[in-house]
Amino acid sequence: MKKKLTTVAFQGTPEQKEKLLAVIEKLKDQKGAMMPILQQAQDIYGYLPIEVQKIIAEKTGVSLEEIFGIASFYSMFKLNPDGKYAISVCLGTACYVKGSGDVLDEISKQLNVPIGSTSADGKYSVEATRCLGACGLAPVMTINGEVYGSLKKTDVKTILEKYQ
Amino acid sequence: MIKVVINGKEYSVEKGATVLEAAKAANIDIPTLCYLKDINEIGACRLCLVEVAEMRGPALGPWRMVTACVYPCTEGMQIKTNTPKIIASRKMNLELLLSNHDKKCLSCVRSTNCELQTLCREYGVDQSTFSGETHHYEIDNKTPIIRDNNKCILCRRCVATCAKIQGIGVIGANNRGFDTYIGSQFEQHLADTSCINCGQCIVSCPVGALYERDDTDQVFDAIADPNKHVVICTAPSVRAQIGECFGYEPGTDAEGKMVTALKALGFDGVYDMNLTADLTIVEEATELLGRIQNNGVLPMITSCSPGWIKFCEHYFPEFTENLSTCKSPQQMFGAIVKTYYAQKKGWDPKDIFMVSAIPCTAKKFEVTRPDQSAAGIPDVDVAITTREVGRMIQKAGIDFRSLEDGKFDDPFDIGSGAGAIFGATGGVMEAALRYAAEIILGKKLEKVDFPEVRGTEGIKTASYKLGDLTVNVAVASSTGKAKELLNKVKSGELDVQFIEIMACPGGCVNGGGQPIQPAKVRMNKDLRAIRAAVLYKDDADETLRKSQDNLAVKKLYEEFLGEPNSHKAHEILHTSYIKRGLY
Repeated sequence: MKKKLTTVAFQGTPEQKEKLLAVIEKLKDQKGAMMPILQQAQDIYGYLPIEVQKIIAEKTGVSLEEIFGIASFYSMFKLNPDGKYAISVCLGTACYVKGSGDVLDEISKQLNVPIGSTSADGKYSVEATRCLGACGLAPVMTINGEVYGSLKKTDVKTILEKYQ
Repeated sequence: MIKVVINGKEYSVEKGATVLEAAKAANIDIPTLCYLKDINEIGACRLCLVEVAEMRGPALGPWRMVTACVYPCTEGMQIKTNTPKIIASRKMNLELLLSNHDKKCLSCVRSTNCELQTLCREYGVDQSTFSGETHHYEIDNKTPIIRDNNKCILCRRCVATCAKIQGIGVIGANNRGFDTYIGSQFEQHLADTSCINCGQCIVSCPVGALYERDDTDQVFDAIADPNKHVVICTAPSVRAQIGECFGYEPGTDAEGKMVTALKALGFDGVYDMNLTADLTIVEEATELLGRIQNNGVLPMITSCSPGWIKFCEHYFPEFTENLSTCKSPQQMFGAIVKTYYAQKKGWDPKDIFMVSAIPCTAKKFEVTRPDQSAAGIPDVDVAITTREVGRMIQKAGIDFRSLEDGKFDDPFDIGSGAGAIFGATGGVMEAALRYAAEIILGKKLEKVDFPEVRGTEGIKTASYKLGDLTVNVAVASSTGKAKELLNKVKSGELDVQFIEIMACPGGCVNGGGQPIQPAKVRMNKDLRAIRAAVLYKDDADETLRKSQDNLAVKKLYEEFLGEPNSHKAHEILHTSYIKRGLY
């Protein structure tokens, strides 16, 4: 799926920037440095917004588009930060055939947050994940690590009320 | 050399040659789409599939399918280029490409000059048997370079050209799988990036996914307006390429027919931009001598190429003071027509519609730049590329090939050989040297050729001793090479006083607005050299070879501008720059 750009305002701190610069300085002359730089940048910031990618472009001399190409290609790189409440709905085979797609759509609709992105206030992030290994509870989702199983579309409203 | 067998016949090929190159030696064209010699060799489109069997010890190994464009020949290799299996695979790949391709060929600007269309015709593929989801992309048309991803085949020729040749890299492949598209970072429009509008992506595109904004309707409308004086000036290199729009071989000089065709289109005046190329030289070389004598900012860098100017503003803002303040020949022409000529004719400059015919897409951006309005209105109203001129002539039903040779109109009909060679890399430098040498030495130049700065080499340097003064010069073409050169200047490795930079590799003759030649032609011919040869021949055939001897230029100074670099010349012929930075 095409990755969505974030609408959450960047809130990087000088400490984070300092850490990132140290990472770049350490790695930049190595061949194939971009992957580890991006991985560690994501560890520092939690995601890879344009502000972070610009710093990397400037310090490595690699064009911003090339970096964005890499960040948008690999599924492990995130362009959106986790929300205060990070909602992940399993779209693995068992969950999917038991209707998790509808549950995901319903969550996205109720929160008005497109799938694969984070609400502009940073409160909710909604994403699809691969199999969580809890197929017996299908369809499954997690919110900040807490597991909800045997979901129905009609359960969504009550569950979300807990996360205001 | 190694021996290979192609379709049953033995050939000797260079060691390290690819199957594609070997087949070429056997006069066999293997179809390609993503391949662009030296620029994009990635084996992505899979149209060049062939069957090969290689020696495994003493015996021949199994037959396999490989991509000819990247697969190297080995000793004793057997190659088949046209088996039913290969043909079926190529057809299948074409169908797969078409399954997500906007097949609006009827009005596509690349129709009849589209590499995908040509292959589909050759292989009898007219639509895809695959049906399913298709993409519907918004067309990015906010700059003179328009991207229609609905036609893109993801060959990445534009991406490689932008990054590797031009050293820019504002376009690339984003996302993955079916969602892959070519675009800029964070879904930005090209207009919001540090794109320089050079148009090299357009001339490398095999299909109609990239093209320049068509401004010809504005020109037709102006011609039809009885209250407008519609004049056109043609850049030095347009005459050397316009013939290609009408089936002439690259390297055909079609100046005479071009002039006749433009008159037939109804322009009130058809003028030669070589004249303002000469004017540029007089202004620019005077500026250079002034900077040398008065300890001004050096090295001075030429400012004729608007792609280069924007590149400098984005990528080397610290060098904007080094740029000559001279406007480009196009802008000088507009400025002179709307001031001097308007005055002379008693016309209101607002009633003049100034068109320039140029080999360049960046000039479409240049006409909108600030500080390019000598008469208080833009110097040039519309800039159209060589391709657009060709299309106008075709649309008007003018039989170009049958036309008699015509002559440019008075009083802007004189251009020197020095002006003509502006269109090739090193030309502006040579023209400036012809002027500067004469001024410094205080006598007529016997030998006007400066062969050291000629040729298609990306970076050229030379040193000239003129009396007591040693002038070190450097010439770069393509912004990738400009980057290399400027980094050397920055580090102190290179000490020069004067630099010529053209944004396109080979200079204007290979500009982003020139007729598009398919990869097949570009594989075997160095268009830069072939097209430049036309201009150097023009120069050699001229009796007038130095800008300062151009009587029309002399008259301009006498009647209007005063001295080179005078206050008035500055007001009308010079401009300023912006430090843009990268983002």
